[in-house]
Amino acid sequence: MTAVLDAEELSKQYGRRRALQDCTLSIPPGHVVGLVGPNGAGKTTLLHLAVGLLQPTSGTIEVLGSRPAETPAQLGRVGFVAQETPTYAALSVADHLNFGAWLNPSFDATMAEHRIDELGLDPHQKAGHLSGGQRAQLALTLAIAKRPELLILDEPVAGLDPLARREFLQYLMESVAEHELSVILSSHLVADLERVCDYLVVLVASRLQLAGEVEGLLASHHRLSGPRRDADSMPSDQEVIEASHTERQSTIFVRSESPILDPAWTVEEVSLEDLVLAYMGRATDARGARRSSMRPVQ
Amino acid sequence: MNGGSVIEFHLDSRSGVSPYLQVVHQVRHALRLGLLREGDQLPTVKEVVARLAINPNTVLKAYKELEHAGLVAARPGIGTFVTRTLSDSTLAAHRPLRQQLQRWFGNARRAGLDDESIEALFRDCFRSTLDEGVA
Amino acid sequence: MIRFAWRQFRVQAAVAAGALVVIAVVLAITGSHLVHVYDTSVATCKANRGSSAVCVNAVTNTYRFLQDALPVLVIVVPALIGIFWGAPLVARELETGSCRLAWTQSVSRSRWLFVKLGVVGVSSMVAAGLLALMVTGWSSPIEKVSPNRFSPSLFSVLGIAPIGYAAFAFAFGVTAGLLIRRTLPAMAATLLAFVGARLAVTYWVRPHLMSPVKTVMALKQSYGTGISQSSTGTGLTFLPPSVNIPNAWIYSNEVVNRSGHAPTTQFLQSACRAVLSGSAAPVNHPVRNPNSGFPECFGRVAAKFHEVLTYQPASRYWAFQWYETTIFVGAALVLAGLCFWWLRHRVT
Repeated sequence: MTAVLDAEELSKQYGRRRALQDCTLSIPPGHVVGLVGPNGAGKTTLLHLAVGLLQPTSGTIEVLGSRPAETPAQLGRVGFVAQETPTYAALSVADHLNFGAWLNPSFDATMAEHRIDELGLDPHQKAGHLSGGQRAQLALTLAIAKRPELLILDEPVAGLDPLARREFLQYLMESVAEHELSVILSSHLVADLERVCDYLVVLVASRLQLAGEVEGLLASHHRLSGPRRDADSMPSDQEVIEASHTERQSTIFVRSESPILDPAWTVEEVSLEDLVLAYMGRATDARGARRSSMRPVQ
Repeated sequence: MNGGSVIEFHLDSRSGVSPYLQVVHQVRHALRLGLLREGDQLPTVKEVVARLAINPNTVLKAYKELEHAGLVAARPGIGTFVTRTLSDSTLAAHRPLRQQLQRWFGNARRAGLDDESIEALFRDCFRSTLDEGVA
Repeated sequence: MIRFAWRQFRVQAAVAAGALVVIAVVLAITGSHLVHVYDTSVATCKANRGSSAVCVNAVTNTYRFLQDALPVLVIVVPALIGIFWGAPLVARELETGSCRLAWTQSVSRSRWLFVKLGVVGVSSMVAAGLLALMVTGWSSPIEKVSPNRFSPSLFSVLGIAPIGYAAFAFAFGVTAGLLIRRTLPAMAATLLAFVGARLAVTYWVRPHLMSPVKTVMALKQSYGTGISQSSTGTGLTFLPPSVNIPNAWIYSNEVVNRSGHAPTTQFLQSACRAVLSGSAAPVNHPVRNPNSGFPECFGRVAAKFHEVLTYQPASRYWAFQWYETTIFVGAALVLAGLCFWWLRHRVT
């Protein structure tokens, strides 16, 4: 099956500032992918590269098998909602639906109108007068009505109140179920993504840290606590992600495919948030120590 | 409007139990209490995710596990239906047992126990009864 | 995309159309009266064989306000088009981020720009052209009695040049918006560039597009000739007779001797002593009174000096209009090409 996103040593540089470095990533179809990382980590850069708003400085990226924005047809296969959901403030909701229909041959106007109706939006209201949540829903409607194979959303729920956030995700998941969409959505908060993502990509400091199916990642990562022990003395099949020590106790976050048999350790499961925090911590240390780039494990 | 499904799911994001297991448990729970009977249709994947805002694969996985356990069967294009219940003759005993429990709760509250103490007492008793049962 | 480009342009187009309609109505009403004045005054002149100056004045004194205001309007409109239609076209989308919405629909960036440039660019040229056409039509009775259209003040108002100006201003506005990415600075840059370009072409390019005709002739004592004193009160100039070549563009009309020098103040003071000392008031306007001793003064000047008239003949008017329009439309096309290139390779 063609990967929805295939990046090979992808880099983007602005003068001296490196927005993304050597990102190699292959995302399989049929998932809701969460792209997580702190602000400025390169999430928006990666997504803009994926939809053709940016050109790579080096490396390659392919989306649904072709270069992003290569042809109008390729543009039609990918739906995109940019950060802060830009709209045409002076144009009405109905104008936006026309916009979708006139600029996309595959646009399903009936579905879009039906959805606007369901949302209770006034078609004649100017987009500039909509609330943040309503604008987000409008933008999502436009993107989904295009009937894409892949939907890319850049921080779609940031700044939305909890109810608007819930409604947005409900609509998104319903559409994923109905149309068998693949989705890539980014956020700097793991909590936004926990319910909906089954594939995780972690970007910190413009580098890829981790990528894989959530289930597998949660199963292979553990928090070990026990008597004080040096991180370097851990067995080789247990990769230490993060370690913290007190005088007598060590808490070590490891990745291991095989079970932990050492009775000295208390083994705990980890949450998605713990996972992301650990890799973010490791990346911050790595920048300080300038270790060689970590190959993300898939 | 919802195609005849009888139950609704809810998600406790703080319980530490993974979402798909929660769905499985809730179906089993409903089966056990007789809220779901043979032939009833489970909510469609689309309905569940539209309400809970969770990944459709989660629901699919839960339904698949229930199918594996022989409790439900998927009919392509139509939906997922209950094939076997978990409630049995014990269902008849539920009503008087429920009344007894309610009376016990009333007594505990009148004795001055707060919710946490009631739950702790109940769990402790339940566990020790289990152990005795095993032994 | 065409329909959407129109939708985005709708309000501006409506404003322009409304303004054009109002102007058309005003010009239609006043214009028909102007034609009436022309017909009656010309008929009266032919009948009375009276002084043609009176007949001319009857026409040129009608609607003085419009005669002053309309050229200003036609000059200003291309600048307004550049500022309000050109500068925001792309800059607004870059500023608000709506370009991220537009460029991820099933339309290539080049096509997006092409349609926007086409729809608003053509509208700009049509609007400017209609305005120029209406004003030219309205002015035709005035031009018939007092032909002036080749002069620098009216050359850029009547004819087809405003179409070129509008195209250039629009294209520059779009380019500025694309490069600067902010609407207000782009508007300011467009205004400056437009004024600069118009001044540069008017004073440095247009006079050299074709070599002017130079006529050398003897001085004739006819209307307009005389001595003029400079405003500082020290220098004296000898004025040649007024030129009367209808619709020609006069570069200069000089009184010079064989080596190309104008009469010096000393020469005039000695040659025209009688004229200069005779009047009680200082001489600061041409003297026509034959009793003042001017004919002798004139004779002395005419013996040594002749008149050199440099001008573009009226027949070249349309050639110059086409040159001017081509220069500005050509610049507009180059700017448009730059926009396409920039959009493909540099905008991120």
